[in-house]
Amino acid sequence: MLHTVNKSPFEHKALETCLRFARQGSAVLLIEDGVYAAARDTAVSKQVQEALKSVSIYALKPDLEARGMQNRVIDGVRLVDYEGFVDLVVEHNAVQSWL
Amino acid sequence: MTEENAGGVAKKFLYVNRRAPYGSIYALESLEVVLIGAAFEQDVSLAFLGDGVYQLTKGQDTKGLEVKNFSPTFRALEDYDVTKLYVEKEALEARGLSEADLVVPVEVVSTERMAEIMEEQDVILSF
Repeated sequence: MLHTVNKSPFEHKALETCLRFARQGSAVLLIEDGVYAAARDTAVSKQVQEALKSVSIYALKPDLEARGMQNRVIDGVRLVDYEGFVDLVVEHNAVQSWL
Repeated sequence: MTEENAGGVAKKFLYVNRRAPYGSIYALESLEVVLIGAAFEQDVSLAFLGDGVYQLTKGQDTKGLEVKNFSPTFRALEDYDVTKLYVEKEALEARGLSEADLVVPVEVVSTERMAEIMEEQDVILSF
């Protein structure tokens, strides 16, 4: 399963809920305001680091760059471009968007 | 430049910004209204709370999104005599940011102080 999260983790519960349901080995792609969760040293970075032990976490690079977060990404979070986004969708049997 | 206020009193306007840029239109719309309002010679302040602090981060590059990067516009506010920018300290800290990460000089204030600033206003516009 590929999960996508497009909401800021500081203003919404989408990421928290997603991580609660994401099973071992699934993938989580952070897009739009969701990419703020990929930043280091924040109030939610520990939660993301913990999740990295069981799921793969990706962040959409153009969304990180637009928000000036491209140089603050947590180690282990992988960056993808739009083509990488498509690849992730193709690789997984289903996509769940946590809007 | 003061004719607009002849016979009138400048009111204290506070624009409250609580949204991150690009994920919604709020941040850009707020900035547009601030710039329009600046022509009316009022006593303008901007407050950045919660995700609103993300509007001011350095290093924004929107080429990949094909939308306008409006963060440099904050640097032009000074030319419109909009110089009071207040940023919530707790919001910066929760996001691992400091004043050095922002595109313009701001006054970093506690939640308590921000609440006081809000109390001092005549008009509050929230985005």
